[in-house]
Amino acid sequence: MADSAEIADELAGFALFADLTTPQLMGVAHAFEEAWFKDGERVLRQGMTGSGLYLILDGQASIRVDGEERAKLSRGEFFGEVSILLGEPPVADVVALGTLRCLVLASSAVEGFLNDHPTLMYRMLQASARRLRNANRWRS
Amino acid sequence: MAELTERPFPPGDYPLIVVGSGPGGLQVSSALRGHGIDHAVLSADMQPAGMFRRWPFFQRLLSWTKPFAPVARGTRPYERYDWNSLIPETDEHRAVMVGLMDGTSYFPSRPEMQAGLEAFVSRTGLRVRFGCRWTGTRRLDDGRFELQTSDGTYTAGTLVFAVGVAEPWRPTSPGMELAAHYADTRPVEQYADRRIFIIGKQNSGFELASGMLPWAKRIVIASPSPAKLSVNTHSLVGIRARYVQPYEDHVLGGGVAILDAAIERIERGDADGAPFRVVTRRSLDSVEMVFDADDVIAATGFVAPLLDLPDLGVATFGQSRLPAQTPYWESATVPGIFFAGTIGQGSAGLKKHGIPSNSGAVQGARYNARVLARHIATTRFARADERPAVARDQVVDFVLDELTLGPELWHQRAYLARVLSLDPTEGIRDDGIVPLAWFVDAGGPDAIAATLETDGTGAVYPVVYLRRDGTVTEHPIEAHPLLDYRTASARSDLAGILAPMLGRA
Repeated sequence: MADSAEIADELAGFALFADLTTPQLMGVAHAFEEAWFKDGERVLRQGMTGSGLYLILDGQASIRVDGEERAKLSRGEFFGEVSILLGEPPVADVVALGTLRCLVLASSAVEGFLNDHPTLMYRMLQASARRLRNANRWRS
Repeated sequence: MAELTERPFPPGDYPLIVVGSGPGGLQVSSALRGHGIDHAVLSADMQPAGMFRRWPFFQRLLSWTKPFAPVARGTRPYERYDWNSLIPETDEHRAVMVGLMDGTSYFPSRPEMQAGLEAFVSRTGLRVRFGCRWTGTRRLDDGRFELQTSDGTYTAGTLVFAVGVAEPWRPTSPGMELAAHYADTRPVEQYADRRIFIIGKQNSGFELASGMLPWAKRIVIASPSPAKLSVNTHSLVGIRARYVQPYEDHVLGGGVAILDAAIERIERGDADGAPFRVVTRRSLDSVEMVFDADDVIAATGFVAPLLDLPDLGVATFGQSRLPAQTPYWESATVPGIFFAGTIGQGSAGLKKHGIPSNSGAVQGARYNARVLARHIATTRFARADERPAVARDQVVDFVLDELTLGPELWHQRAYLARVLSLDPTEGIRDDGIVPLAWFVDAGGPDAIAATLETDGTGAVYPVVYLRRDGTVTEHPIEAHPLLDYRTASARSDLAGILAPMLGRA
């Protein structure tokens, strides 16, 4: 459990939010909601509409396509953005590995949020580029 | 008629104990009784109604009870238009609220809501031990629970906490203790000709601002992120239409300022100036802004009063310290402890498109409580579950009727679903109302789940989920302008969606 100031402090330590001022971090902490998942619980569901943008505060998540694990994500990493940007259902399940605590932003709010925080958008693009590069390495 | 002054359920051992006598506790008790589950209900209050004995401060609710509706008053479909009555287990005593309202508004006043809950208790003969405060909890060696109360010690194998999200909470910014909480707002005339600074842009902050418009000299409403309006989110997320007037006064320059700014600190003012000085920092550009105020009010919400449950291992999350719950409102970390009423928001469900359930309001929580009671009856008390057979040629009409008239689906969109299971030996069975998250994630035999959803665009449309060979697929049906899905087009769509399933049954 945490209030907005504590969440803002946590966000300040994540690379994604490194360029934001304290009032902006407080705004982010207010805009996102906290969610809690127990071990094995699905956060995103492959093929199911209506997901959100998730940022991991504590714990780990497994990315699974057709039940096969493709990657693990941990504190400070985000997921759900691909499905929101493309307007398509997620192509993978995301499953909690142990207790998982996240911040969530509804899909409908993501575009406005990114436009309001262009430096954050740039850092998100960098992270996505790294994932794409790593995926290409994995395939080659 | 039950006497509200009787004191049933003396300390002792009970199969199940419900704590709380607000709408959540009363609804779950009524439903448990309907399933024949012996239980005690304990309440620290001296009367039923929970938070409606005090709030909303300006004495009128945000939830409708429409006296005139497209369906007959007092029927199950009428519950869609009556958000405030609890649901009896028999057809008597339905729609209690409508008979108690004076007709000046379809939003009941706070006293009308309190009277409605008291009438439900009285007319249905619900029994509550009032004036019995839960003070502590212990897990016994045999796995049962011990509750310490102001009246003595109770034991039970199953606990249901319906204690609301009613403990005032304020942030930890320096000087925040100088602010009054929403819960401590004074009579409105005492704010005449004063400068009011309200922290928080939820409905509670805008409710206060709306009520103070005729009295206050200036109102500032501030929090770090922008206000959302329900008419923009196309959902109950955001400031409800009733409380938008301060927003209009703000844009028209009428003495109301709505700011996106973090509250850095609250200080006492100079002896010859305003009593308080609020130091803020604007979210957009970090510019410091300082406001003199005669009153500072923290409309910053409430937390769940869980006492020592976290010490027992009940995990909590979020600013409201909600207990983490399974789709059936059981503590995710301590089996045997369940939650009902507004605290059930901790079971978030799928939250599709970011739109939450209505579990924080009576119109949602009342159905959760009934589903919970049935779940407890079947899983913890081995009660037989009623699962009526449905003829194969009736399935399409059955589902379309539920999508059009079923109040559970209307009030708990993408959260509760009507489920039909298809078993080669049993045939098609009506499994009743089930949490959609459980249907989607728990696995099970081939089955159909029907629910209503909305995606934030304003449309309300049916979605049918098919579970076939363990895999769940999602099938939306086009929205109907009058929200009536008993049409040839919907019938054709649904028949096409169900054809692979019904062919097997």
